[in-house]
Amino acid sequence: MNQTYAVAAVTAVVLATVLIGALGLRISRTTSDFYVASRTVRPGLNAAAISGEYLSAASFLGIAGLVLVQGPAMLWYPVGYTAGYLVLLVLVAAPLRRSGAYTLSDFAEARLESPQARRLASLFVVGIGWLYLLPQLQGAGLTLEILTGAPDWVGGLLVALVVTGTVAAGGMRSITFVQAFQYWLKLTALLVPALFLLAAWYGDGAPRARFDAPAVLRGYTVVRVADTVRIGLDAPLTVTVTGRVDSVPYADRTVTLTSGTHHVLGGTTLSFAPGAPLPERAVTGSDPLGWSQPLAGGRDGHQLYATYGLILATFLGTMGLPHVAVRFYTSPHGRAARRTTLVVLGLVGAFYLLPPLYGALGRIYAPELALTGSADAAVLVLPDRILGGLLGDLLGALLAGGAFAAFLSTASGLTMSVAGVLTQDVLPSRGVRHFRLATLLATAVPLGVGVVASKVPVADAVGLAFAVSASSFCPLLVLGIWWRRLTPPGAMAGLLLGGGSALVAVMATRAGLAPGGWPHTLMAWPAVWSVPLGFLSMVLVSLATPRRVPPGTPAILARLHLPEEFTGTVPAQEARR
Amino acid sequence: MSEHHPPRRPRRETVTYASAHGGAAAPGTAGRRPVHPPARSEIDEQTTLGHTYVRSLMRSQLRAALTALGALALLVGSLPLLLALPAPEALVWAALGVGVYPVVWAIAHWYVRRAERNERDFTGLVEH
Repeated sequence: MNQTYAVAAVTAVVLATVLIGALGLRISRTTSDFYVASRTVRPGLNAAAISGEYLSAASFLGIAGLVLVQGPAMLWYPVGYTAGYLVLLVLVAAPLRRSGAYTLSDFAEARLESPQARRLASLFVVGIGWLYLLPQLQGAGLTLEILTGAPDWVGGLLVALVVTGTVAAGGMRSITFVQAFQYWLKLTALLVPALFLLAAWYGDGAPRARFDAPAVLRGYTVVRVADTVRIGLDAPLTVTVTGRVDSVPYADRTVTLTSGTHHVLGGTTLSFAPGAPLPERAVTGSDPLGWSQPLAGGRDGHQLYATYGLILATFLGTMGLPHVAVRFYTSPHGRAARRTTLVVLGLVGAFYLLPPLYGALGRIYAPELALTGSADAAVLVLPDRILGGLLGDLLGALLAGGAFAAFLSTASGLTMSVAGVLTQDVLPSRGVRHFRLATLLATAVPLGVGVVASKVPVADAVGLAFAVSASSFCPLLVLGIWWRRLTPPGAMAGLLLGGGSALVAVMATRAGLAPGGWPHTLMAWPAVWSVPLGFLSMVLVSLATPRRVPPGTPAILARLHLPEEFTGTVPAQEARR
Repeated sequence: MSEHHPPRRPRRETVTYASAHGGAAAPGTAGRRPVHPPARSEIDEQTTLGHTYVRSLMRSQLRAALTALGALALLVGSLPLLLALPAPEALVWAALGVGVYPVVWAIAHWYVRRAERNERDFTGLVEH
């Protein structure tokens, strides 16, 4: 891949982000502008901004990588990311806007009239935000490393700097423009190359991708295995090896590996003849496979259970992601919040038609990425692989720019919401200056963690954020909006038991503490049991503490559900003065 | 605590405070609309009858939401079971790669129209 074009594209995206952010800075005059863009963002612009913010690197790069390695079952990820917005729309969107609260902590306090519940919610907002920021920064590092060979901390630092700068300078108004721009950039960056790649694929005789059998290498292929892997062979395979296989050193020797499992040391080069079947990577529990993490090793019931775990986490987790929730306050009223969400569903759905195409093309033209564990790079390398030449370089650069837009937009949204909570609940005063300090804190912590723990598996952090959000904020929002008898102790018990158990289960799986078989599957995909646990504990503890029902509950529920002509859109009117 | 905030941060005091303390909607509301139909002032003044009106709106909105979720569960949530049957790979691609999105959008579109109609009906009921 041509480094010059890629670097130019990434630079252009970064510059455009800073410029549009600066434009927002000139418009962003009042404090209200700064935090919530004065709640006057039109549905079209706001929807593009929400979509731009939501489509992270996991969507832009990760889905294609997952499909390449594991086939169409992985399409549940984009489906879940989209359907999450439908659940958000029908249960939460308009009441959340009408609550007038800015962060999820504000919602908790407004609904429950309890500072403790607010503090606990803040803890979860910051935790989930950091969990989600970490992979954005690490993914940026990985992408820049693939594109330019720069050390892996450079990309993360670059994203952190740009995001801190734009968010701290312009606040919500400026990132609304930035993110709306980045949605269209990301869509273009995937759509244009996809058209060229499909034309080339058609011209090539439209070969079919096979997912039910090992992928077949189309040409003479040299694979350099970066990290040590175990490979499984169904039949004996002849390869040329330089390096160590099963602890035996080879120097450019042609050997026939027997069927079964083999251990390939990191740094080994394997050369395959055309038409050779690609060995499958044998998965071990602690393998950091990037976003290309399989749905819990097993098949049969495990596979079905894991799919439902994924569905529950993504369908119900979207509403509790801090950067998603914060966006609803920028709508002028509840009806606009609903219509905005409808447009978001269209925009996000249209985007998600594209990544699976890259996954399928990757399976045909670059299946060896699965073996080297760099399947996340499939989107970036395909133009060079299929088209080559100047066109391949240019399209590759466009995709690199799009990937960076993905890191930047999601990271800005998360930074904005985490910084908002830090300003309100951690730092002493509440002026704009402290918000800027909080912004720094919001990006510095995950950046620091990313540098120290460079091998934290990226996929887990994203999946974990969804599972924790589905088990904590989903019950809080749904019961808070629709149930009169919710009490502060109930809400806090639900947050702790639901969100806490999801967090502990996945962390324990990661640390290798889960025994094999069903316990492993249950703990790796906790949403199926942790979401009901969150709801159940919230309901039961609330029923056990009936005298703690906040006295203002009828008034706040009326405000959440009545159209604005009854309650008045106070915040928006005040901002206009 | 919110009333101590400097006035340049309007959002929390308006929302969380006024509503949480039974403040009949916003203080300015009464001044802006001096004459209310009876049902409307019941709502503004948080009477039992007012709560009954709010409950009826919540019930109709919840019914719309649950209908939409039911459609989602039936049409999308059942897919893992269907696709667990020996299905041709092309079907999986068509269902998950393309088909799901228009279905989700159509459910959302139905819900938005329904929820707005519920609100219009409610306004009509209260104002006349």
